[in-house]
Amino acid sequence: MTKISIIAFDGTQFDIDAENGSTVMENGIRQSVPGIEAECGGACACATCHVYVDDAWAETVGAPEPMEEDMLDFAYDVRPTSRLSCQIKVTDALDGLVVRVPERQA
Amino acid sequence: MTSPIETDVVIVGAGPVGLFAVFELGLYDLKCHLIDILDKPGGQCAELYPEKPIYDIPAWPEISGQQLTDRLLEQIEPFKPEFHFNRMITGFRKLDDGRFEVTTDDDEVFLAPAVVIAAGGGSFQPKRPPVPGIEAYEGKSVFYSVRRMEEFRDQDLLIVGGGDSALDWTLNLQPVARSVTLVHRRAEFRAAPDSVNKMFAMQEEGKLDFQIGQVKGLTGSDGVLQSALVKGPDGDVEIACTRLLPFFGLTMKLGPIADWGLNLHENLIKVDTEKFETNIPGVFAIGDINWYPGKLKLILSGFHEAALATQAVKRIVSPGEKVVFQYTTSSTNLQKKLGVA
Repeated sequence: MTKISIIAFDGTQFDIDAENGSTVMENGIRQSVPGIEAECGGACACATCHVYVDDAWAETVGAPEPMEEDMLDFAYDVRPTSRLSCQIKVTDALDGLVVRVPERQA
Repeated sequence: MTSPIETDVVIVGAGPVGLFAVFELGLYDLKCHLIDILDKPGGQCAELYPEKPIYDIPAWPEISGQQLTDRLLEQIEPFKPEFHFNRMITGFRKLDDGRFEVTTDDDEVFLAPAVVIAAGGGSFQPKRPPVPGIEAYEGKSVFYSVRRMEEFRDQDLLIVGGGDSALDWTLNLQPVARSVTLVHRRAEFRAAPDSVNKMFAMQEEGKLDFQIGQVKGLTGSDGVLQSALVKGPDGDVEIACTRLLPFFGLTMKLGPIADWGLNLHENLIKVDTEKFETNIPGVFAIGDINWYPGKLKLILSGFHEAALATQAVKRIVSPGEKVVFQYTTSSTNLQKKLGVA
């Protein structure tokens, strides 16, 4: 199990024991984190699981693939560390990961 | 107005479940017309994830959304379904003769004794960008599509987006508009490279302006737009404009079906699990758009629902006729219909 934290827009922090191989989005949905909507169910076909990766983790998590970057065009208030949480797979390297949910999903 | 199209069944939605319904209904000699808001068959499979593999279609360990669509089209070809694309249904009512009248925004009128709603997540509609107060400008200064280019003549246009719609309209409206500014959040585009090159060439010639950024706010009054606030890499910029055209992709909404008088459960249409009929006899709902206890939004569930609904549709369209259940493997009658016997 890998520990990850998703912080909702209102500041509520969700500390989650995530299974390696699962996506950050799936964990957010399972814990009913407000603001993780994932309308398309993880197909990278919407932009409603948008999160900001904590600056300290941005490099480890890495940059989005071109398809995800395209989908981010539809997200609200995209920032340098924006990612779609359905495209971040949990691994041992992400133990302690912190991501924040934006004010709203597109 | 053209004369009404009379048919056995009107299917609302040409996604995988609507397509397979043509097959099941066709085996019972029911002729189908399909209406879809998209410009092609396949629904979400073709629009959202044509390249994505699907792993839970029986007997297909892996198949892409587009392949599934193509296979279904091949499978229903013997039944010669008729497609009406780029159409939104605007009217629905029951006539005194028991049939339903369905009208579209293209002024077509369909008359059929049964209607099968296979509209998936609802109709695809342009996504409203998350800009505070944008609703007040919609229809007056903010438009999500271009119906007539003349409406943009001599206007100061702000076009937002990085896909084909945004780039195509930037190029097409440039000669008509007084000024054109394209705003996109990055210098890379999803649109066809050729359009992007043309856009940059026009920018060099001073014919339009391209800015990197995201629209944060609008200024104006009574729906009349004056400027937009754009958050760019070097801070906020105010861009004067009289028309805003945001192209932020599509989202799905239940749309006008919500006003048909159907019983709903959280924006889904309630049906029984014997016939998948709604509270309006003769109107059926199958696939992702329906709800019943235990419902799973799976393509295979929609296929099953299509087969069961067909039994009830047949009884409505051909009252008094005996509905005989047969297998395609052994029935010469069915094989003739499929063109294989």
